[in-house]
Amino acid sequence: MSTFLLLTITGLGLGAMYFLIASGLSLIYGLMGVLNFAHGAFITVGGYAAWWSEVHLFGGVHSAWPRFLLAALTGLVIGGVFAALVELVLIRPLYNRHIEQVLVTVGLSIAFVALVQGIWGPDAKTLAVPVWLHATTTIAGAHIPNDRWIEIATAAVVLGLLQLFLRRTRYGLIIRAGVENRAMVTALGIDVRKAFTLVFAIGGIAAAVAGVLGGVYFNVVGPEQGTSLLIFAFIVVVIGGLGSIGGSAVAAMVVGLTQQYVNYYASSGVGDMIVVLLLGLVLLISPRGLVGAFSS
Amino acid sequence: MTRRTLADYGLPLVVFAALAVVPELSFKIPKLFDQPISSPGTLQLLAACVLFGALALTYDIQFGFTGLLSFGHALYIAIGVYISNIAITEWHWNFWVAILFTMAVAFVLATVLGFVSMRVSGIAFAMVTLAFAQAGAVLALKDPHHWTHGEEGLGADYTKLPHAFVGILNTKNLYWLALVFLAVVFFIVRWAVESSPGRVWQAIRENELRVEVLGMRPHLYKLQAFVLSSVLAAAGGIVYMLLYNGSTLGVTEPNFTLTLLLMVVIGGAGSRWGAVLGGILYTYLNDRFVAVGSSSTVEGLPHALRTPLSQPLFLLGVIFILIVFFLPGGIAGIAARGRPSGLRRLEEAIRPDHTLTAPPEEA
Repeated sequence: MSTFLLLTITGLGLGAMYFLIASGLSLIYGLMGVLNFAHGAFITVGGYAAWWSEVHLFGGVHSAWPRFLLAALTGLVIGGVFAALVELVLIRPLYNRHIEQVLVTVGLSIAFVALVQGIWGPDAKTLAVPVWLHATTTIAGAHIPNDRWIEIATAAVVLGLLQLFLRRTRYGLIIRAGVENRAMVTALGIDVRKAFTLVFAIGGIAAAVAGVLGGVYFNVVGPEQGTSLLIFAFIVVVIGGLGSIGGSAVAAMVVGLTQQYVNYYASSGVGDMIVVLLLGLVLLISPRGLVGAFSS
Repeated sequence: MTRRTLADYGLPLVVFAALAVVPELSFKIPKLFDQPISSPGTLQLLAACVLFGALALTYDIQFGFTGLLSFGHALYIAIGVYISNIAITEWHWNFWVAILFTMAVAFVLATVLGFVSMRVSGIAFAMVTLAFAQAGAVLALKDPHHWTHGEEGLGADYTKLPHAFVGILNTKNLYWLALVFLAVVFFIVRWAVESSPGRVWQAIRENELRVEVLGMRPHLYKLQAFVLSSVLAAAGGIVYMLLYNGSTLGVTEPNFTLTLLLMVVIGGAGSRWGAVLGGILYTYLNDRFVAVGSSSTVEGLPHALRTPLSQPLFLLGVIFILIVFFLPGGIAGIAARGRPSGLRRLEEAIRPDHTLTAPPEEA
């Protein structure tokens, strides 16, 4: 039972990271039709910015918590700025040429990983975090690493903030309307392109948060970490239904939990395979993902 | 011979014949190659260039000619690289039986996975093929049956291979093998693309709905292109296994498909010569950039310049982005002045599929 509990919390923690990545991917795809391969780069930027600033900027801060939080904040700010710049410089000039936009993000992801390897080397960097995060809390006999709570809580907060933003603000309204019918929003005289930069920035921040949390979860930030997380985030996005934040949240939890349970109870690696099979199954039953299945 | 068939068969035959005598050239070309052309090192590089030219062309069957953006082509190359080697080295099968078995596996797998992936189209198809390839990569890495030997890789049992392809002195035979493979793929693609199903593939690329309205079933044709492309890729995988004396995980990784995509786009999507040229050029540059990065000229540069210049993939990624921006027809597109070529012809095929986007949630 205690193992099961540990697997569940760990699965939810992993799912939380998938959700953070998938939510941005899903919004960007829903609004702009761009499959953003560079999202892996946003994850890496977040993780590396946190690691770099922790060592070089906040080395003088002596207590662990403020130092870590400052570094994490730096990571997500830089992640958001980087993502917005990518949209402005590389995506915007190719407005409405979807294939070219996708290819540019592919090129960026490849060049970026190579650049990071060139500057900081191929080895992963250890992210120093407060001791508490790597200690465990005992619940019903299960020793659960504390960082799992932070991951789950952060994803829940981001989900809440995103929903508030999308439902209660004018820009959120424009984004939701744009996902549904971009041509109509444009016809109403709203410059939907501002919303493009905005969703990229939001997606970049969420991905950078995932990058920092990934550094906590895996203990290190590495040049290829973003790419490997990204693939499962793609699966989450398709299973959840493209363009739906709620669908992504549910699918992220399903994928994270399935991976943990099966990798433990069957054997390592089988969980990853089952997740892919799950994707095939969902597509066969409902090509529009979970959300499509329940709303029709 | 009419002029048309002369251009169709004559020119490629002349080019392939010219490439065939390359291993007999013993002189040096300074700057381009470090060693004489007939040296095993240079021939190995040239064989890799030719092989990747062919592999890029197999990818172009689905991408450039049919408009299917797959991120999982590496899976079928990996099938060729791994299944053939496992059958020979781990199961001690006869070489030719192993090859037949590998091709059969590739055919069945491409048919089944192609059928499932084509439930969706456009970008979602790309993601699904990526996921299937990832499953293959995980399988090869985790190695549940102790066949692939995970990160160590699996060296081929050379006693089981045809003697002509074993040993460093036979590198020129491997070069010729790669060249024959390229020629075979080239003429198969020529024949397939000009055949009546091939014309339907291109029609699907231009406008799938119209093909459907004409009473044809685009799915069947797309599956055909996908299976042909995948089976040829697996055959290329076998050549790859022979050329590199075994199997390593690099071919299973998603980035491997992305490099094929880069090759095709750099050369020119939907153009036979373009894809081949892209594959050759990319492989050559990837190799040479390593040499340039460690050369004394670059070593002398300030740190900020030296770091990016010593990363071949960074340079190739930047070249690729520039081509997408300024030369969407690729290298082949330079010749196609005025006519839409390359990526411009793919706009219709790989647009976002809004039937796929989740329906709006109830507020």
